[in-house]
Amino acid sequence: MSDSIAIKQPKHTLSVLVKHNLNTLSRIIGIFSAKGFELDSVTFAAEAEPGMARITITTRGDEKTVEQINKLLHNVVDVLKVINLTHKKSIERELAIIKVSTVKAGRPEIMLIAQAFKAKVIDITIDKLALEVTGNSDKVDAMIEVLKPYGIVAMSRTGSVALKREFQGAVNIN
Amino acid sequence: MKSTKPINPAENIPPKSTLKPFIRQQTDSDTQSYSGSEILIKTLVDLGVDTIFGYPGGAVLPIYDTLFGNHDLKHILIRHEQAGTHAADGYSRATGKPGVVLATSGPGGTNTVTGIATAMMDSIPLVVLTGQVPTSVIGNDAFQEADIVGITRPITKQNYLVRDVNNLEHVLKEAFHIATHGRPGPVLVDLPKDMLNTKGKYAGLDNDVDIPSFKPTLYGHHPQIAKAAEMLSNAKKPLIYVGGGAILGRAWEEVTAFAERLNIPVTTTLMGLGAFPESKPQSLGMLGMHGTWYANMAMTECDVLIAVGARFDDRVTGRLDGFSQNSLKIHIDIDPSCIGKNVEVEVPIVGDVKHVIPAIDKLATPPKIDKWWATIHKWQKEHPLVVPKADDKIYPQHMVKMISEITNGNAIVVTDVGQHQMWAAQHYHYNHPRSWISSGGLGTMGYGFPAAMGAALACPDRDVVCITGDGGFQMSSYELATAVEYKIPVKIALMNNNCLGMVRQWQQLFFDKRYSYSVFGSNNPDFVKMAESYGCLGLRATNPKELKDVLEQAMAVKDAPVLMDIRVVEEENCYPMVPSGAALNEMVESDEEAGI
Repeated sequence: MSDSIAIKQPKHTLSVLVKHNLNTLSRIIGIFSAKGFELDSVTFAAEAEPGMARITITTRGDEKTVEQINKLLHNVVDVLKVINLTHKKSIERELAIIKVSTVKAGRPEIMLIAQAFKAKVIDITIDKLALEVTGNSDKVDAMIEVLKPYGIVAMSRTGSVALKREFQGAVNIN
Repeated sequence: MKSTKPINPAENIPPKSTLKPFIRQQTDSDTQSYSGSEILIKTLVDLGVDTIFGYPGGAVLPIYDTLFGNHDLKHILIRHEQAGTHAADGYSRATGKPGVVLATSGPGGTNTVTGIATAMMDSIPLVVLTGQVPTSVIGNDAFQEADIVGITRPITKQNYLVRDVNNLEHVLKEAFHIATHGRPGPVLVDLPKDMLNTKGKYAGLDNDVDIPSFKPTLYGHHPQIAKAAEMLSNAKKPLIYVGGGAILGRAWEEVTAFAERLNIPVTTTLMGLGAFPESKPQSLGMLGMHGTWYANMAMTECDVLIAVGARFDDRVTGRLDGFSQNSLKIHIDIDPSCIGKNVEVEVPIVGDVKHVIPAIDKLATPPKIDKWWATIHKWQKEHPLVVPKADDKIYPQHMVKMISEITNGNAIVVTDVGQHQMWAAQHYHYNHPRSWISSGGLGTMGYGFPAAMGAALACPDRDVVCITGDGGFQMSSYELATAVEYKIPVKIALMNNNCLGMVRQWQQLFFDKRYSYSVFGSNNPDFVKMAESYGCLGLRATNPKELKDVLEQAMAVKDAPVLMDIRVVEEENCYPMVPSGAALNEMVESDEEAGI
């Protein structure tokens, strides 16, 4: 599969509840590398319940591919639950820290853009600004696109974290 | 050591009675406290393990000390951990019980890798126990350290590193449960040396552990079962396609009753051989790359296909866009990730074939398929399996047929990989489950002989014939020492064509006879002398008459291995053959058709 085709595949967010150990995390990552599935981002951290962790994965693929990913994740012994949030009402957030050069446009212009995205300035130097932005991945993508022409010096994204909304409303397809 | 005087090694050896101090020296107050090694062995015995295949080394010395003089477990000292893993695999395939392997850290563990991958591909329950360096030095590149949990992660169903001796019993019971439930597979447990020496509690937990995250679906979804029954009842050209899942799921009786009552033709995969008796009129034999002409045609032409514990492997389907295009497909499998992976199906049923097949059987009525049977009978008449005309040479096909006759089709046949494997699959009559043992998915050369040892140890009352080749046998020939030591009566029928037959066949058909590194010629050893050097009976056959004598002589031996060097026709090819990339009905049946 060439990259240009893969990019067009729809995005899916999977929320995976697992036992908190690195073997499980490795097994899950191993599925993606061994079977050649796309993996845009992955986050792993402890859950509220002791001994449990939640892994949020964003991947790309057609329905058949994502269904197969879902099944293979279920086959991992220490996986308790896999939810594909793509077909549910969900809350999704990502945080990014972006260092932008102020050489081309000056600080005010960059800060205006930051304001538009409700981003915070968290560091200032003579020729750079560091911005903190939070939102869903699309918003983060959009801000990065806008900032690119000014010169992004470095950036760090957390990858998506997401949960199912409690109220699924009338379109709940469960 | 704070020794003040030089130690005289002879004086330093403790009296024999104290060599094995652990269990004997226990007092009443500490009966609940055992070393990790003792907990390990107690748990294995508790789980019903009677045989383990192992090889000692530094990290597992505590376990070997516990095994010393232990009579609850039979330990077979194999000569290489890879062979030990294959032997445990053969033991499992012959019995359905999990096979158990014990290897030391580092190279001991890495030597088990091929055996584990073999078991993984064919869904064989194994529990592989590996020693590990002490927990304090894990990660420090200690002597004989390897990250075996990391190395085996993609080829195990689950694996563990046990750091705390008080988790050992639970982890072992969980490992056996996971290996044997759902779609079976290998599980590895890594045991650091200090943990094995630490005292801990043995709780005597229930063998049937509850794992909330591991609950395989056993009973199929009823509406899907009803749909499948209706489709089969109304089918005009139905076909049952049975895979290894029917054997792993102990469902051969259910499958046989179902196919006979509905009178639907049955084809089995390589892994499914024996799940449906080939003596029954419904049997079409094996399908796939070297399957029968009529099984492959039935697969291509059928209108309703029911896959029973099979996974639509590429060696079965041929080119996917030419595979059984006009059929509605029902797929029963306990592993949901197998369903719809290679081939789209109309009725997926996740469940245990042992439960699902009788449920469908209850609802289905025999379809009216006289015309379909007439077509199949015509195919069978026009395109039987080809066997060369007899002359004064030994043809491989005749050799397999002769073994089938001499053993009345009642032996356990174990093979390596290649031409001999396909001939053994085609020409032996498989009427019993767990009587065909072969590395199907991974295609592991060197598998046959050690797996045959495992099968023979598991089933002392049955004849075990290892049909192998000169290539595959040489990958495990050192195990002759083990077979002789333990008097394991494996009959090795070595189909000797002085070449890597299947590689040579492909080079002949697709690479213009450029036999690149596939011909051993006179560089093969004298296999009879090789056998004799191990103290094993070696026999040779160069013509059909000698072959009959040699086979009869070998089968009469009941308490020792026999190696038969059988000189077969060298340039014989295995047909029918679906060339790589061709559709299943585009078979080549002879050298003439292949254009050579």
